[in-house]
Amino acid sequence: MGKILIKPEVCIGCHLCEIWCVVAHSRTKDILKAFLLEKPAALSRVIVEESLPVTFALQCRHCSEPECVFACISGALYKDTVSGRVIHDSEKCVGCYSCVLVCPYGGIIIDQENKKVIKCDLCEGFEKPYCVSHCPNGALVYTNQEEGGGNK
Amino acid sequence: MTQGFDYVIIGNSAGSMGCIEMLRSIDRSGTIALVAEETCRVYSRALIPYYLAGQIDLEKMYYRKADFYEKLNVAALLGQKAVDIDTGKKEVLLSGGERIGYNKLLLATGGRPLIPPMEGLDKENIFTFLNMDDVLKIEKALKSAQRAVVLGGGVIGLMAAEALCKKGLQAHVVELAGRVLAPVVDEPVSSLLEALFAEKGVQVTTNNTIKEIKGGSAVDGVVLTDGTQISCDMLVLAMGVAPRIELGVQAGLKIDRGILVNERMETSQADLYACGDCAQGYDSVAGISKVIPLWPNAYLGGRIAGANMAGGRRENVWSTNMNSMHFFDLCLITAGLNVSAKDPGDFVNISRLDMQKKYYRKFTLREGRIAGFILAGKISRAGIFVNLMRTKADVSQFADDLFNEDFGYGSIPENLRWELLEKDLILGVVNQ
Repeated sequence: MGKILIKPEVCIGCHLCEIWCVVAHSRTKDILKAFLLEKPAALSRVIVEESLPVTFALQCRHCSEPECVFACISGALYKDTVSGRVIHDSEKCVGCYSCVLVCPYGGIIIDQENKKVIKCDLCEGFEKPYCVSHCPNGALVYTNQEEGGGNK
Repeated sequence: MTQGFDYVIIGNSAGSMGCIEMLRSIDRSGTIALVAEETCRVYSRALIPYYLAGQIDLEKMYYRKADFYEKLNVAALLGQKAVDIDTGKKEVLLSGGERIGYNKLLLATGGRPLIPPMEGLDKENIFTFLNMDDVLKIEKALKSAQRAVVLGGGVIGLMAAEALCKKGLQAHVVELAGRVLAPVVDEPVSSLLEALFAEKGVQVTTNNTIKEIKGGSAVDGVVLTDGTQISCDMLVLAMGVAPRIELGVQAGLKIDRGILVNERMETSQADLYACGDCAQGYDSVAGISKVIPLWPNAYLGGRIAGANMAGGRRENVWSTNMNSMHFFDLCLITAGLNVSAKDPGDFVNISRLDMQKKYYRKFTLREGRIAGFILAGKISRAGIFVNLMRTKADVSQFADDLFNEDFGYGSIPENLRWELLEKDLILGVVNQ
C-alpha cells in the first residue's frame, strides 16, 4: 500500500506541504480561491513539527493496526482492505474524538468548525499526494510498499 | 439435531465486532454464529446520547452496514438469549430451546445497568440508558416530558442530562459522590463541569441520592435522602453498569467482578474467551486486574480473542482506562490514573488551570513518567501523551512543554523523538 515517508534532514520547514494539503482538500483546488474565497477554508491534514533546526512533516501513517479504527464508536473510521488506507467517513463521524485520544502520532486533526475530525486520505483521486508532489526539497516521499507500517 | 459452528459469539456489540472482523481476516471459511438478545443489527451504544439529542438519525446509530453479517458469512441468531453453556459437550443452550455446538466460544455479553433498590421503581417513565429498547422508550417519552431527573453524575449520566437539556427538558442531575465524574477527573474539572451544566440550566445536586420515587402509575417526582423533593415526569437511571457474568458463572469460570481473562482473552476454561464489559483483564498503568467498560477496549479485546480463537497467538500488550468526552462545548480527555491532589502518595501532579478559558491540563507523574493525564478544553493530539505513557518515556526534561497547546513530536527531545518515531517507519532516510 502507499505510504508517505519523510526525510527530516532535507526538510526546511517551509510549510508548503500544509498549504498544498489545504488546496488538495479545497472545493476549487485553486490555491488563491482555497485561501481567499472558500468559507470555511479547508484544513491541512499534515502538521509540520518544528524543533529548530529540525523540522519534518507528519500525517496519518495508515497503520496496519490502526488504533483509531478500533476506538471509533460510530464506524466512521475503517481500514480499506484493498488499498490499505485508513479511511474516514465524515458523514458517520459524530466528533467523539476517541481517535484523537488513541492516535500515537497525533495524526487526526480536529475540525472545530464542523465538530468532526479530518485526516490524511493520501489524496485519493490524485496521482500522488499533494504534500509529496509539491515539496520543493523532496522531504516527503511516496512509496508503494508491500508491508504497511504499524505502531506495534 | 444440534448445529455446530467453529466459532460462537454471544453478544452483538463492540467486542463481537472486533472478534468477527479479526476472525474473518484470518479464517475465511470457518463457520461463525452470533447469538444476541436484541433483535436489531449491531449499533453503537455510545451514540445513544447523540441520537436522543437529535444530532444523528437512527440509521447512523448502526455501527456496520445492514449486510454486515451476510458479507462476513455470520449466522446471526438475533432475538435469542443464550441461557446455558455445557462446556463438556461444548454446546450453548438458547432461550428457544435450540442448542448450538461450538469449537471456540466468545462471551461478549456486556454489562447491565446498576439499579439500587428504591421504592417506586415500578412506575412508568423510569428508564435506563443502555440499549436500543431504552432509546426508543425515552424517545417516546420525550414528546411530552418536561422535567427529568438523572440519577448518576458519571459519564453516562452527564451525557444523558446534556441530551435531555438539548431537547428542551429541565434536567436535574443527582450524584451520590461529592462531585460529578469523580472516578475519572479531579476536583478542578468537576468544578468546571458543574459550572458548565449550571450555565446551561442543568441543576446538579451532589452528596445525595434518591430515597423514594413518587407518583401514581407514572413517576411525578423524587425524594432525596436529605428530604429534598424534585418534581419530574421522567427519571433516567445512569449509575453505571455491572458485568453480565451469569453465563460465566454457569460455565464455572473464574470470576471476580468480571469474567477473568488473561492477556490472550482466555478465560479459566479451554476454548472459552471473554472480552468487553463482561470481562476483567489487566490495567497496565494501574497494575491491577480490572473491568474497563469502554467501547475501544471491548473492540480491541474482541480482536485479540478472535486472533487466538482462529489459532493465532496475540496478546493484549497494553490497556488502561481512557475516555474521550465532550459536554456542551467542552472537550475532555482522560487516561490512566486519576490521582487526586489531596492524596498523591508517590505521584507528582503537575497542572495548569484557566477557569475563564475552560482550560485545564494535568499530568500525574511517577518517577518522571506519565501515569495519567486529564485534558480539558484543548485536546488536540492527545494520543501523543498516551504514546508517552505507553512507552514509559521519561518526560521530566520537558515536563513544562506538556502544557504547550501545540505540543507535538517537535516538542520532544531528539533522542526520545526518533526512538518513538523511527521504529514506526516514519523516517525514509536518516542518519545516513
